Amino acid sequence: MGKDIINNYLKIKETSHQRLKDAGYFDRIKIQVGSATCENASGAQDVYTEFEKMVKASGRSDILLHMTGCTGHCSSEPIVGVFIPGDIPVKYGHVTPQKAFEIFTSHVQGNGGPVVDMILDKKTDRLYNHEFVFCGQGTKCGDKSDKVAQAFKEKIKQLGMEETIKVASGVCFGVCNDMNNTSATACYVFPERVFYGNITEADLDEIIEQHIKNNTIVKRLVVKLDRVNNHFFEHYGDVEYFNHQLRLTLKNCGVIDPESIEEYIHFGGFEALANSLQNDSPQAIIDKIRISGLRGRGGGGYPTATKWANTRNAKGDRKFIICNADEGDPGAFMDRSMLEGDPFSVIEGMIIGGYSISSERGFIYIRAEYPLAIERLENAIKLARENGFLGENILGSGYSFDIELRLGAGAFVCGEETALIHSIEGMRGMPRPRPPYPSQKGLWGYPTMINNVETLANVPVILLNGPEWFASVGTEGSKGTKVFALAGKINQTGLVEVPMGTTLRDIIFKNGGGIKDGKKFKAVQTGGPSGGCLPESYLDTIVDYDSLNKAGSIMGSGGMIVLSEDDCMVDIAKFFLEFTQNESCGKCTPCREGTKRMLEILEKITAGLGTMEDLDKLERLGSVIRKASLCGLGQTAPNPVLSTLRHFRDEYETHVKDKKCPAGRCKKLLKYEIIAEKCVGCTACARRCPVQCISGSPKQVHVIDQSRCIKCGMCFEACKFDAVKFN
Amino acid sequence: MSDTYTITPEIEAFIEECKGKEFSKSYLIAVLHKIQAKYGFLPNNLMEEVAIRMEIPTSKVYGVATFYHMFTLVPEGKHIVNICLGTACYVKGAEQVLNSLKNSLKIDLNQTTEDGLFTLKATRCIGTCGLAPVVMVDEKVYSNVTPDDVPVIIAKYKNK
Amino acid sequence: MTENTKMVTLIIDGKKVEVPHGTSIMNAAELLGIKVPRLCYHPKLSVEGACRVCIVEVKGARNFIASCATPVAEGMEVTTTSPEIRQARRDIVELILDNHPKDCQTCERDGNCELQRLAYAMGVRNRYFEGEKKNYEKDLSGAAVVRDPNKCILCQRCVRVCEEVQGVTCLSQAHRGFKTVVMPAFDLPFAESVCTGCGQCINVCPTAAFLEKDSTKQVWKALADPELTVIAQFAPSVRAAIGEGFGLPPGRNMQGEVITALKLVGCDIVFDTTFGADLTIVEEANEFVQRLTKGGTLPMITSCSAAWMKYVEQFHPTILDHISTCKSPMSMVSAMTKSFYAQKQNIDPAKIFNLAVMCCTAKKYEAARPEMCDEHGRPYTDTVITTREFVWMLKSLGIDLPNLEKSEPDPVLGFATGAADIFGATGGVMEAALRTAYEIVTGETLIDINFNAVRGMKGIKEANVNVSGTEVKVAVAHGLGNARQLMRQVEDGTSPYHFIEIMGCPGGCIGGGGQPYAGTNVMPLDQNMLEARARALYNIDEHKVLRKSHENPYVQRLYKEFLGKPLSEVSHKYLHTHYKQHFPVGI
Repeated sequence: MGKDIINNYLKIKETSHQRLKDAGYFDRIKIQVGSATCENASGAQDVYTEFEKMVKASGRSDILLHMTGCTGHCSSEPIVGVFIPGDIPVKYGHVTPQKAFEIFTSHVQGNGGPVVDMILDKKTDRLYNHEFVFCGQGTKCGDKSDKVAQAFKEKIKQLGMEETIKVASGVCFGVCNDMNNTSATACYVFPERVFYGNITEADLDEIIEQHIKNNTIVKRLVVKLDRVNNHFFEHYGDVEYFNHQLRLTLKNCGVIDPESIEEYIHFGGFEALANSLQNDSPQAIIDKIRISGLRGRGGGGYPTATKWANTRNAKGDRKFIICNADEGDPGAFMDRSMLEGDPFSVIEGMIIGGYSISSERGFIYIRAEYPLAIERLENAIKLARENGFLGENILGSGYSFDIELRLGAGAFVCGEETALIHSIEGMRGMPRPRPPYPSQKGLWGYPTMINNVETLANVPVILLNGPEWFASVGTEGSKGTKVFALAGKINQTGLVEVPMGTTLRDIIFKNGGGIKDGKKFKAVQTGGPSGGCLPESYLDTIVDYDSLNKAGSIMGSGGMIVLSEDDCMVDIAKFFLEFTQNESCGKCTPCREGTKRMLEILEKITAGLGTMEDLDKLERLGSVIRKASLCGLGQTAPNPVLSTLRHFRDEYETHVKDKKCPAGRCKKLLKYEIIAEKCVGCTACARRCPVQCISGSPKQVHVIDQSRCIKCGMCFEACKFDAVKFN
Repeated sequence: MSDTYTITPEIEAFIEECKGKEFSKSYLIAVLHKIQAKYGFLPNNLMEEVAIRMEIPTSKVYGVATFYHMFTLVPEGKHIVNICLGTACYVKGAEQVLNSLKNSLKIDLNQTTEDGLFTLKATRCIGTCGLAPVVMVDEKVYSNVTPDDVPVIIAKYKNK
Repeated sequence: MTENTKMVTLIIDGKKVEVPHGTSIMNAAELLGIKVPRLCYHPKLSVEGACRVCIVEVKGARNFIASCATPVAEGMEVTTTSPEIRQARRDIVELILDNHPKDCQTCERDGNCELQRLAYAMGVRNRYFEGEKKNYEKDLSGAAVVRDPNKCILCQRCVRVCEEVQGVTCLSQAHRGFKTVVMPAFDLPFAESVCTGCGQCINVCPTAAFLEKDSTKQVWKALADPELTVIAQFAPSVRAAIGEGFGLPPGRNMQGEVITALKLVGCDIVFDTTFGADLTIVEEANEFVQRLTKGGTLPMITSCSAAWMKYVEQFHPTILDHISTCKSPMSMVSAMTKSFYAQKQNIDPAKIFNLAVMCCTAKKYEAARPEMCDEHGRPYTDTVITTREFVWMLKSLGIDLPNLEKSEPDPVLGFATGAADIFGATGGVMEAALRTAYEIVTGETLIDINFNAVRGMKGIKEANVNVSGTEVKVAVAHGLGNARQLMRQVEDGTSPYHFIEIMGCPGGCIGGGGQPYAGTNVMPLDQNMLEARARALYNIDEHKVLRKSHENPYVQRLYKEFLGKPLSEVSHKYLHTHYKQHFPVGI
């Protein structure tokens, strides 16, 4: 039966390709609208409906309205892409139904060309003629790529072509091994979509002469870029937000229709599965994962291959695999985006994982708060079954496997393995002591392997590109990429996938575009409620499991909240503790009682009632909770407090000793006052004050009665003359 | 009173389907989700009914129902106004939006307006941090909400 | 060698120790004389690992490890005594105390409280982390057990015993985090819940979160009332355990001292529940023989355990016709005092106050059941107090039980055969019933009267008894969880037995929910303790001349003077009842 598997796969691929072709997927003009929870929240559905109406009204059959998941570029949503065959792909941001009309009539109908001022990243008033995206600084090539790019930029500047030629640095293309000259780099050119490999400074003049001036491709430099994420790069590589990323697990997000298995197959979907079933023994797959160096992306960073091998070797009549999609960290939405944008990758990763441990049944445990992700997963499972990738005798291999969705019901602690197992079993999601580990005794007592969404999405990537290649991306101890959810006081919020080893500074200032409103950076919080806050002096820390641990935070599942000078670190610590305290399951003493006491102390401090002894108590409680709690939730719960105490102790002391909140966030420490010289007596503040504690006749200076003030800040907002101040 | 809440044929069919499956008791949470979706809360008599039908001790059913945030034990308003108090929303001013919601609806968190139209709840992150702060009314998500937006949003649902 | 017998060598506090694979660090340390401080751990229950008091350091582990929940591993290096561990344990115990009422002196478990002992041992002398405390209503609704959530430290022993040992699962944790509370479904009052009143939650609770309903006030009042004739009786198991309440080792028979004490307290008459046990056996054995020979419903199942009766009514209502219609020994004695004895002594039954000292909390519930009341709706048994309550009463009067002289019960309803004394241990009722039933059926004298197969602490025991050529198959279960297994068969119609004895509590009545709290170094439900108590009862039996209930001359006289014959109409009026489905229906 050996050869049949690949043949069966190719047959499916062929019919799938035919279906796409019949639908005009390859030759029609594509209007692409993102549709995910976040896109919909910013109005993508209305935009989609608008386009739908217009396409219908236009009577044109050569236009395909294409729905995708989201690209993760949240701050520019809704994003609409217009792909006219042969043209440079154009992406619009912040599209409204009105703007959709403009895009349709001007760009799609061809009356006026692209609507330039709405194009993402567009800083000039016309489109560039060419865009050169150079390989960014990888971990292996140092700054040589940057040198070539800089030289090229310089030349373009000298020639006065800055307005028409864009030169950008992207992320590492990971092609270092293909190059024979150690000072060479690579670059991708739009709209021709050619890839020049092996270029040194000596080649630049030729590129300018031939490519830019004569519009002919320098054939001798062209190399075939053959990576899993080609298609993402081709769609979005010209957008700065994306070309600083290395999209491996998010490669399909924003490209494929998450409800179309045909499109997933078209971009290499299920090929890794077919290859594995055909050529690899379960053990061989585990070996490949081991070579890749993949570590769990849920936060712990446990070596994935070890987990798989442990479950494979455990004694048990049956085994289960669970995909942990209980993304509970406030401020993290990597898994949601992945499942909404590309549910098939996770499913494929699960089937391969299931095969490698000889499991016949898998579960995806997903938050019930993610209805769209659930819907898309259900659909994807159904389609995978219909196409023979799930169910009995997958692709004729003799291996059978199926997946069932299980919904959470709102409990952060269910992200913990043993709590998650209890929740799937229909019980209270409370953790239990380990050992036995789930790989020995898990769901209903059988050996069970639990992997995070992102971990599983990496599996097909590794198998398609080879584990050695995967291991070449990242750092010594942390391989591959990591997806982060950037949020907070940052210009470009959204998902970024970067190679392990990227510095926090690059993520925040390159990918994220720096701090909002020109404010000063204060701290970055990684790892959600289990993580810590790192100050400016740690910005050059690289993201990998060990470096972040050393700095006093954790990688976590990928939440990254950026805080500015307007944020109070004591208040942030209190926020996170409030979260964990509320989410504590109540089973073990240190977490149940200890987090409550810590929170009470923080409340005291932020209300101006703290003492220096309280800071010691926080440390003492933090230590016992961290070292003695039953599960990961408790063991990491004190981190936000301990890390801020470590890096921002002066801020705590200001709260305690001076009874002041430097950022002005701790309300009870605020004092609102009206500056007599500035007050014109307009009465606006007095009218807005909810407790009527501002007195003063019209055109007279107003006064706040401090004893009654509830520090709500309404007067501050109401005053148009900057006459209300607070400290 | 308790007669108002019954196991509907759909829920009954679902329970029967679950009972036919392997590890049938593990579907308790799924069954409770169905009841919550149907009635907006979990009536005691139905929890007891589920306990008997699924052969799970009633105290355990109650223990599960009270463990998870998404299950509620008292009826809720027609529209659920959820304010996200996740990290991103918090640092972007969700608290002020919450105060505005409280003022507009004249209720506190986890309360229902007298006319039974709105229940105000706080939710954990709904994963749209890029658009913070967000407010969710039923299934609809409102992004970048300011305190002044609140009355406008609420007004949309007054007559629905 | 199988994996289970593989030996593992590890180092604890610098000392090498070899233990079987699978042993916990806690148990391994005990071999070296180190009793790691602990709280939620209970050897008879599943491992919870929740309180974190028993943490130790294991070399190479990032965090402290719960020694109760962690199995040993080859080469493991454990430290149980480092300054960090000591500090962490003290902090943990303090955290528990900080959310616990500060009313030790007025608490019913003062001096008997595991948390109190632990706080002392850990050296908690100051409070550093005080803050909000839980504040819930007490539930005093139950006839047998009351609940005070404020004293609860969430060790979950009660939840585990209620589910794992008793199979009742009345209790579960509800809500979560700091707000977690142990409660019946829907936070129902105990009186409306499926609680059987067995009181095992009281036995295993380290604090006073569960207690029996206090009935001592009524007793004091009755004793002070000159109008009332207070007639006391006490259960077989009371004599085997009450000494522990006065610091004696388990297994001392205190029958004589108890009688003296009851008299000292002011009871007018002291009978013995063992008389009722003999009476029960005569009725029950006859009922069994009738069912066996006349084609009645089989297997017949015993009915003398009060918690068991509520359990079966709730959980197995379809098999109630299997249940013997006999009342319990306590209820039989009470019914006889207010009828036969009252008539005989010419006392107005309304002026009799029946006091029962029981090993059991559920008897408080039984006494109040309408089935156990007379035709005027007055309960035959006026008040039930537990062994523990009786100990308090004696202590409050300065009565030092171990140093009292022995007295004999009033024989009219106090004399008992050895068959009655063994009622208190699991298997005892079956053994006693077989001694009598055998002789009824065969008409021959039973020579070897010891039915060893039904003795002992095994959860479910069975035996085949040849009764003149007929194999009579019997089974005995103690602990409601074990009972459930046998009842499933009865419900399915697959039960192979003719006669089943069920006792609600582990070990039978000797392990009842009203027995003295375990001493400092003993765990509740401790097998050695239960066996010692049982041995005391079997000893009494062995040293008696009359060891078959039907040979009890006072029972015979009672039939002659009042009841007529077993299962007679009079018998049915006073000694039998019928059980019916009980709401709430439990699951």
